Amino acid sequence: MSHDFAALLYLVASICFIMALRGLSHPESSQGGLRFGMAGMALAVLTTLFVLPEINWVLIVGGVLIGGAIGTFIALRIQMTALPQLVAAFHSLVGLAAVFVAAAAFTNPSAYGIGMPGDIKLNSLVEMSLGTAIGAITFTGSIVAFAKLQGLVSGRPVVFPMQHWLNLALGLLMILLIVWLCATESAAAFWLILLVALVFGVLIIIPIGGADMPVVISMLNSYSGWAACGIGFTLENSLLIVTGALVGSSGAILSYIMCKGMNRSFISVILGGFGGESAGGAGAGDGTDKVWRAGSAEDAAFLMKNADKVVIVPGYGMAVAQAQHALREMADLLKEAGVTVSYAIHPVAGRMPGHMNVLLAEANVPYDEVFEMDEINSEFADTDVAFVIGANDVTNPAAKTDKSSPIYGMPVLDVEKARNVLFVKRSMATGYAGVDNPLFYMDQTMMLLADAKKMAEDIVKALKAS
Amino acid sequence: MAAEAVAAQQGITERALDLANQARELSDAIAGLGQEASRLTAEAGASVAAHGTSPLVVGLTVFVLAVFVGYHVVWRVTPALHSPLMGVTNAISSVIVVGALIAAGSGGSSFSEAMGFLAVTLASVNIFGGFLVTHRMLSMFKKKKK
Repeated sequence: MSHDFAALLYLVASICFIMALRGLSHPESSQGGLRFGMAGMALAVLTTLFVLPEINWVLIVGGVLIGGAIGTFIALRIQMTALPQLVAAFHSLVGLAAVFVAAAAFTNPSAYGIGMPGDIKLNSLVEMSLGTAIGAITFTGSIVAFAKLQGLVSGRPVVFPMQHWLNLALGLLMILLIVWLCATESAAAFWLILLVALVFGVLIIIPIGGADMPVVISMLNSYSGWAACGIGFTLENSLLIVTGALVGSSGAILSYIMCKGMNRSFISVILGGFGGESAGGAGAGDGTDKVWRAGSAEDAAFLMKNADKVVIVPGYGMAVAQAQHALREMADLLKEAGVTVSYAIHPVAGRMPGHMNVLLAEANVPYDEVFEMDEINSEFADTDVAFVIGANDVTNPAAKTDKSSPIYGMPVLDVEKARNVLFVKRSMATGYAGVDNPLFYMDQTMMLLADAKKMAEDIVKALKAS
Repeated sequence: MAAEAVAAQQGITERALDLANQARELSDAIAGLGQEASRLTAEAGASVAAHGTSPLVVGLTVFVLAVFVGYHVVWRVTPALHSPLMGVTNAISSVIVVGALIAAGSGGSSFSEAMGFLAVTLASVNIFGGFLVTHRMLSMFKKKKK
């Protein structure tokens, strides 16, 4: 097969990948898009195998079988609540694979047609070192993100003096090493770049707190794309460049959406230190003597059954408590009683973009009952009951009014405009960002203090009994 | 007479041998030049390929256009499907397997083969895992039963 023909087949594969992303504009077209993606990947692999002058089948088939089996096993077993850490783990693999490919290209450049050992083309060296550096950062950064999400290490930001200066110094060191590599093509420079990038990846993610994890995951998603791009430039392979650019820009857009959802600038997320104890002091102390109203599952059932319109506001706490199935049962009973039920999703509900939608879909909630914040915010004014379960900061009206609040300016769901607010919460403690929520003390609010799943089940029982 | 003829013949043979040697040296030198030339043309070809456009610029063109396509396609993705979007992008970024296959099949050094094998394995985890988990997510999204 000629290389021109192979390049054309790679072009077809690129188009397939674009179609895969395009399919995601609507749930109905998404499965078809996914099939395009799979076909594109198969085409890319087969084309490469046809072009190769000699093939070591044992290594290739062995690698695909081992990797494929592991991937299939994990994908079928994973809980949907654990999706964020799975994606983080997958990103780390892409990063590491990019590092391996770059190392192979550096030690055996003739196989890639980019020169001889010790005589690699200059721009290949630049691209190769960028691919290696970004790949290595993606690898260790994703491992730290995985450990934080999985709870292997604390989600609290790790900060120490001179941190940003250290990171800056490492970044500059990396650039110097790349210059050194390009000037001398020294193997030591290549491995040092790799080493510094691995350390750098850890250091840039540890100061970022658990609350900012949706941004981190999107950011690493983006990095894994840029790493593929760097390798694509090295190998002069347009399929890799196109795919890397698609993934890179997708991750960047998701990071932007997540930042906007939290009213945080990208820079302040990167610099880290937010979430956890550092913000814990603000406003948490003055909540103790305020008056709030407690209610029972029966009260909640009565209130909702006699309502015309109920909006459910789920948060990550619902997913942690695995309450989504009980919640959907509750919604089904309400719908049978003639109540209009819909769901309101904040952009940063959950631990990764769109996580809450997947969790609700898993509990068989139809996607046309689920609305994004911008679509549903105007409807709270004529809502009888807003049922907040497992969410807190994303409903905090202080974000709109209190300039001293750490979350001031963050877009929130206008839950307080509903005639009644039912707030399911384990205790009166503060939320993830450590900020008190004035919603608790409003006249129309009834606090349902219990585990989210237990409360949803109790309401189901009460609804069935009445 | 016979001795003279033999001497002359020997002289001719020696000259012929000399000539042959010179020719070999020359051909070696030409081969060396040829190699150098082909290396130079390869380098020159790399920097001045079709109509004087280097692969770097071609790659950059492709890259910038792909970023634009990505930007417009991704903004059209419905927010409800942002998790599957990450699944798909994660799976397709494993197209890096193309580079891994070249390394694994190159038959060059055993080091680069080992790197290739590891990269093929890791990328396969991602390809199969990424597409499957996305398929699982997408098959959960159902419309309201009428």
